[in-house]
Amino acid sequence: MIRIEKLHKSYPIGKESIHVLKGIDLHIKEGEFVSIMGSSGSGKSTLLNIVGLLDIHDEGNYYLNGELIKDMNEKKAAILRNKFLGFVFQSFNLISYKTALENVALPLYYKGVNRKERLEIAMEYLEKVGLKEWANHLPNELSGGQKQRVAIARALVTKPKVVLADEPTGALDSTTTDSVMDLLKDINNEGMTVFVITHEEEVAAQTKRIVRLKDGVIVSDELTKNTNSVSHV
Amino acid sequence: MKFIFDSDSWQEIYGSIRKNKVRTGITIIGVLWGIFLLVVLLGAARGMENGFKKLFGDFATNSVFVWTQSTDTPFRGFQKGRTFRLKEADIEILKREFEGEIKLLAPRNQTNNLITHDFKSGNFQVCGDYPVLDQIQKKKLIYGRFINENDMLTTSKVTVISEDMYIQLFDKGVYPIGAYVKINNINYKVVGVYEPSNTINLDGDSAYIPFSTFKRVYNTGNNIDWMVITAEEGINIEQMEKDVILTLKNLHNVHPEDKRAFGSFNLGTQIAKLTGFLTGMQFLTWFVGIATLIAGVFAIGNILLITVKERTKEIGIRRAIGATPRSIRQQIILESVFLTTIAGMLGIIFGSAVLFVIDTAFGQGPDAALVNPTVNIPIIIIAFATLVVLGTLIGLIPAHMATIVKPIEALREE
Ligand SMILES: Nc1ncnc2c1ncn2[C@@H]1O[C@H](COP(=O)(O)OP(=O)(O)OP(=O)(O)O)[C@@H](O)[C@H]1O
Ligand SMILES: [Mg+2]
Repeated sequence: MIRIEKLHKSYPIGKESIHVLKGIDLHIKEGEFVSIMGSSGSGKSTLLNIVGLLDIHDEGNYYLNGELIKDMNEKKAAILRNKFLGFVFQSFNLISYKTALENVALPLYYKGVNRKERLEIAMEYLEKVGLKEWANHLPNELSGGQKQRVAIARALVTKPKVVLADEPTGALDSTTTDSVMDLLKDINNEGMTVFVITHEEEVAAQTKRIVRLKDGVIVSDELTKNTNSVSHV
Repeated sequence: MKFIFDSDSWQEIYGSIRKNKVRTGITIIGVLWGIFLLVVLLGAARGMENGFKKLFGDFATNSVFVWTQSTDTPFRGFQKGRTFRLKEADIEILKREFEGEIKLLAPRNQTNNLITHDFKSGNFQVCGDYPVLDQIQKKKLIYGRFINENDMLTTSKVTVISEDMYIQLFDKGVYPIGAYVKINNINYKVVGVYEPSNTINLDGDSAYIPFSTFKRVYNTGNNIDWMVITAEEGINIEQMEKDVILTLKNLHNVHPEDKRAFGSFNLGTQIAKLTGFLTGMQFLTWFVGIATLIAGVFAIGNILLITVKERTKEIGIRRAIGATPRSIRQQIILESVFLTTIAGMLGIIFGSAVLFVIDTAFGQGPDAALVNPTVNIPIIIIAFATLVVLGTLIGLIPAHMATIVKPIEALREE
């Protein structure tokens, strides 16, 4: 699903440039549930953004669903994002003047689904994350956990192949963290590839594979005990 | 183009406008004001023009009136202060000298007389006129006809009276044509009744009789009270006025520099002054209107730019979930065009409403200052099209700004 070979990324800072990713090799198969851990500034978000086509790498190869990502124009990236990827952010990133339902339906709008169908599908996904009753509430009327569940529903609504989550539980307490993780586990059990960044060992422990980054290189990459207990896809 | 008819595009615009009520209101006011000014000022200018047009009515607007007064300079042995009369012979000379320049020339004599019919009577002006007068100021005839060549040749005692005279002198329902009225105790057959023009009016309520008849009855000899001259198309009326008077001065032994001997009034120059004023006003109107409009559209562009900045994060989110740069641009441009056109429409509606009020308040009645203050539909359409074009153009800038930021940078924005 995701294959990364000798990936490099630097950010120019004035005349200098900082080398953030220094040759990453990573292969994530369809249906995996991977977490990335590492200290702050180790390059986790940078890696996820490149995988999510929100940013571009400098060197190395990146294949998404077998397709080499190179010289992406914005239009093509937008279409690929809409088709293959779903995002969940630490800060939820819901559109404040749209209701939960409208937020969830928005990716379908860009996919060209008509309004009626769109709202039906969105409602289905809200139900799935247990927020059907909250469909017509604005984001600021929801708790952090509820917001993140809306964001997850939005990430799922286009049936992406990969869900990318950058510290999805970073702003949540332990109970809501559990409900969000349960949701991600459910998605993964349905066969979706899930890729999360986290700082919390408990969160990482609930995934099937943990990749540890340090100063832009992968220092460890191991499967967790969950791998055996859940059927391998 | 499909996206314009897509209800979802409008849903999005509605959402964004609802979120920014104040800025939407303010921007709309800018454009609204511009269009409003344009509509109202153009309408008022039009109303004024119509008012002037109505004022001159059916009167040939390139006319000069010439009459005699008294000399202010001694000349060829004559004392100053001499009075003299225009003569019939002058007419022939002028016609000959100004062949191709003078189009129509109407010598006129006038007096006041008692006019009676049965037991009713009134004091009215009586004019001795050539049939050509009808071409200089078209008479709206209710009954019958105006004086003709035949009346002139036969010096018939016929008259054309005004509607008011008809009402005053005749019993209700009596048909006037063929009836006789007494002017200064002489019987004249009524051949026409005209409706006095409520615009520029030379004669008020006058009874017209043939010039030749007037000459015989009132014994005016070769004298003429005054004359009306109209110029051929393309002739400089002002120059013609000067030349005609100079010729007349020569004929009547008046010093060429004499300022008082001849009186004249040049309708053409007066109208030219007014027309110039009107053109100036219209120019000013367009200038003010368009400048305001442009300022308004720029305000919209500016506000959209601010909104785009405010919405950088939102746009980043949209792009993360699959919005193409094109769909973002379209949305912003559509919003810009929508705002400008809505504002434009409101401006046109308010402007028209104000014109309507002006029309009801000042536009009615014969003495109206503004007549029919309206704005052409084509002008409205042009203004409207301009708005759409300007709205699109100005929307391009924020639309471009919205998409040059990389989605990841947009998302990082707080
Ligand atoms: N747009 C950018 N411009 C310049 N430097 C950047 C940019 N984005 C990230 N960096 C730098 O790259 C390094 C890695 O950043 P990244 O966000 O990937 O870290 P992270 O592992 O996600 O950290 P955290 O756990 O704090 O989120 C940091 O040193 C950061 O300062
Ligand atoms: Mg990070």
